[in-house]
Amino acid sequence: MSGRSNGLRSYALLYLLFLYAPILLLPLFAFNSGTIIAFPLQGFTTDWFTQMWGNPTLRRALSNSLIIAVSASVMATCLGVFAARASTRFTFPGKGGIMGFIMLPMVLPEIIVAMSLLVVLLGLGVELSILTVILGHTLICMPYGIAILSTAFSSLDRSLEEAAYDLGETKWGAFRLITLPLVMPGIISSLLISFTISLDEFIIAFFLAGTEPTLPTYIFSQLRFPKQIPSIMALGTVLVALSILLLGIGEYFRRRGIARMGGKNGGGFL
Amino acid sequence: MAKPGMDREARQGLTLIAPPFLYALAILAAPVLTILSYSFLTDGYLEVIGEFTFGNYIQVWSDPIVRAVLLRSLAVSAAVTVVTVLLAFPVAYYLSFVVKPERKSMWLFLITIPFWTSYLIRVFLWKVILGYNGVINSSLTGLGIIDQPLTFILYNVNSMVLTLAHAYAPFAILPIFVALEKIDRSLLEAGRDLGENRLMTFWRVTLPLAMPGVVAAVLIVFIPTIGDYVTPELIGGGKIPMIANLIQVQMLALDNRPLGSALAVTAMLVVAVVSLIFLWLNRRFLRVKQ
Repeated sequence: MSGRSNGLRSYALLYLLFLYAPILLLPLFAFNSGTIIAFPLQGFTTDWFTQMWGNPTLRRALSNSLIIAVSASVMATCLGVFAARASTRFTFPGKGGIMGFIMLPMVLPEIIVAMSLLVVLLGLGVELSILTVILGHTLICMPYGIAILSTAFSSLDRSLEEAAYDLGETKWGAFRLITLPLVMPGIISSLLISFTISLDEFIIAFFLAGTEPTLPTYIFSQLRFPKQIPSIMALGTVLVALSILLLGIGEYFRRRGIARMGGKNGGGFL
Repeated sequence: MAKPGMDREARQGLTLIAPPFLYALAILAAPVLTILSYSFLTDGYLEVIGEFTFGNYIQVWSDPIVRAVLLRSLAVSAAVTVVTVLLAFPVAYYLSFVVKPERKSMWLFLITIPFWTSYLIRVFLWKVILGYNGVINSSLTGLGIIDQPLTFILYNVNSMVLTLAHAYAPFAILPIFVALEKIDRSLLEAGRDLGENRLMTFWRVTLPLAMPGVVAAVLIVFIPTIGDYVTPELIGGGKIPMIANLIQVQMLALDNRPLGSALAVTAMLVVAVVSLIFLWLNRRFLRVKQ
């Protein structure tokens, strides 16, 4: 047994190394004083971060990305609460089809979503702005939100709500006082995941933002200039660190939610 | 929606599901249907003329370039899918059968983290690793192993497969892991008690029971990769387009919306047909096994 599991274990660790290899290189080059991204490393510097911070287009991209990510994650989570509640608590005709359709953007190539939405918006004469990006991002964040929220809602003990009704609470009162606090960790987790997805999303932002930059489209536009690469590395380091931080917080709340409902922790985000 | 005969629960459920459903209808279904109708219309100068035609499809399907790009997209995503699923299976197996239960969620968390970091940056970093002056080449020349940088590792189909396989790795691990977790462990003991060796138990019990997870992994990797835009652009150097790049060129650069729409619909059809064939084959395979 042990020989086999040792082999598997080394393989799994190698696999993790493969997964993390690109991300581990990022800070190496972000703090490297050489202007060319190559080994051997030159010296330590924080110039690239300073340079990045002083860039006005980048700041504009940052504020756009934050506005988009906050709006899209709030909208996706609100819509997700409806869907998760409906799918875990009620049976209704056409449920499988409707839920499948709502979850579709999870697997649909983003280029299809972006292109078809773009054609319709141009046809309707809608001007492209960060608003149109928010519409698209809400659509692709929603399925991830629903996946997380459904876990939270399905581990809910229905008798708690019934007890609240018996004690004279209205439907809304029971939802607000009993259900909402219990699924709150799921909601926070869904907000954080949606925020992360939106912040990193490129295709939809690239086609639907018009002339407005977002962080990923800004990065894409700079990649063709070798001089800009070190400060893009710095920006990437910040973004990856931010994503990991948000995910850590999201995971913390998800686990707390499971613990609060006395459940067993058996899975990850998906 | 609410018919008088429908019970209260169904009505409540439908009311609740209405907002997200209507949102998806407006932002996803309506645009996709628009594309579908555009694909049968004629392209005029700066506008789409409302004349019904099959011309776009005839043009798309008879164009050798489109056919080549479509075949390349299929080949790349098929390769990515095979590589990703084969590499992921042992990891999922390790997670499910070897790792202690209390450490499983930590492993899953570690595996999913890279997936949530910027896709664009990850793809670009592969370019940095594989490039002419990249990490591999500069290390190898620095160590004196090679004189000239290797040129065959970037801007080709192999590097695209590597990049995409890296990007979609967690997508493959999670469904297989879930399927393996569901396997009743006593079945494996039963197989062993009945005199099967470990390999045969794996082949005849574990693998068939894990198939639903493998199928989900295959589809969940195959479908998005075929429509990938960033990797051909960055890793392929823009010279090895896949179908997404072709759609973008027709729709925006050449401003031929009907033709672009016909391309998009064709791509969706191809993906749907391939997925259905795969599901059908798999169902047959599983029935034969039983």
